[in-house]
Amino acid sequence: MEKILLVAIALFLGASTNAQDKYFTKNGTITFDATTSTSPEKVAAVNKSVTCVLDTKTGNAQFSVLMKGFEFEQALMQEHFHENYLESEKFPRSLFKGQIINSSKINFTKNGSYDATVKGHLTMHGQTRDVETNGKVSVNDGKIAIAAKFAVLLKDYAIEVPRLVSDKVAESAIIKVDCSLQLLGN
Amino acid sequence: MKKIGSKLKLLTLLLLVWTKVSAQEEDLLKLIAEDKPKKELVKNAFKATRVINSQSMEFLSPGTMDFIILHRFGQISEGASNFFGLDQASMRMALDFGLRDNLMVGVGRSTYKKEVDGFIKYAPIRQSTGTNSFPATIAIAVGTTLNTLPWSDPLRQNYFTSRMAYYTQVIIGRKFSDKFSLQLSPTMVHQNLVASSSMSNDSFAAGIGGRYKVSKRIALTWDYSYLLYGVDMDLYNNPLSIGVDIETGGHVFQLHFSNSTGMNERAFLTETTGSWDKTEIRFGFNLSRMFQIKKKKETPKE
Repeated sequence: MEKILLVAIALFLGASTNAQDKYFTKNGTITFDATTSTSPEKVAAVNKSVTCVLDTKTGNAQFSVLMKGFEFEQALMQEHFHENYLESEKFPRSLFKGQIINSSKINFTKNGSYDATVKGHLTMHGQTRDVETNGKVSVNDGKIAIAAKFAVLLKDYAIEVPRLVSDKVAESAIIKVDCSLQLLGN
Repeated sequence: MKKIGSKLKLLTLLLLVWTKVSAQEEDLLKLIAEDKPKKELVKNAFKATRVINSQSMEFLSPGTMDFIILHRFGQISEGASNFFGLDQASMRMALDFGLRDNLMVGVGRSTYKKEVDGFIKYAPIRQSTGTNSFPATIAIAVGTTLNTLPWSDPLRQNYFTSRMAYYTQVIIGRKFSDKFSLQLSPTMVHQNLVASSSMSNDSFAAGIGGRYKVSKRIALTWDYSYLLYGVDMDLYNNPLSIGVDIETGGHVFQLHFSNSTGMNERAFLTETTGSWDKTEIRFGFNLSRMFQIKKKKETPKE
């Protein structure tokens, strides 16, 4: 009887210390670039306050991006990005919920650089689409860095580009993700 | 005892299954405490820094320059022979600079009375959301105008200061929703020299301006000032303008109908002669082109 109880308690404790496997950041970087080759000005922005949580046990990775955090070189471009294109008041956050599907092949406790394939849903501008991309996971002394690059078709997310600026704003944007994660303590 | 044992076994099994399931569906982002919403300025109450004629509650972004060309054509009531007023045009060219989020300056020159004008607009309080937010923008605009026409009576003793006028304005505005913004702007204009003895050197006006967005890039605007004191209402009228703002990339086009010719505060508040009743209104436009003249500072990483 006591043994079973002990096992139950041990199991319960084991489950609750799951957090040991979770890593996070609140200031990851995402850059966005929709410059066409013909554009005289750079249509690009950077967001340095990306929240990301990675569960190394399951490979689940989730990102939350405050849209207002995207900053452009040109103030007017930034205003239009929020006001006319992404409608940041209406859709303040973009979310990505997905999984590193080959996480079993990554040793999160051993230093090194690993290839990762991520699959999940990206919700942006009120639209949710499936995204799959290749990225890199680097482990260095208990810190995990993740990097990925992928393209999104603006049309997929109901972001209209008026014809007048189509020589500057590309149909698809390159999204670069760069996050340095640390252990989530609790 | 055996019974209790098997029950516990079941319990542990359930617990095991439960933890597995929760690991699958867990919202990982919930594990991180959400930061308090930061204080954030409410922007884009109006598309431009002027409603139509009057200053709006809006400011230029720091480091940008706005080159504005304003046109007012002749009165529509002049009829077909004058192409409904389009044969004549009065204009003002202006350069506005954004210095801070809540501070801008501008200079302009109008063909009407060959007048040069300059202003400073500053907002001690801006409408914001988040912590310590405030529901409205309160801004102050002060400006001066200088008439550079030859003296109307050169034989009289003329003083340079007679060419000058000043205005002070408080703008209280609120963006009520994504679409609708409204502002009130009590204004005082002081003219060192007025044209007739029926006019006072000081005049007071109460302005009300607003906009309603009909689509992402198009908005309806109106701009009205009620003259409270100091302007001879037998000669002049309350200025009323109604227009459409169209935004395209780096430009804002403001197209409108107005009963005033003047495009600085002194001119349109105290010298609006047209009357809407008699279709003495004019077609006009403001064309604004924005330039980034100073690169934004990199925000330091926390």
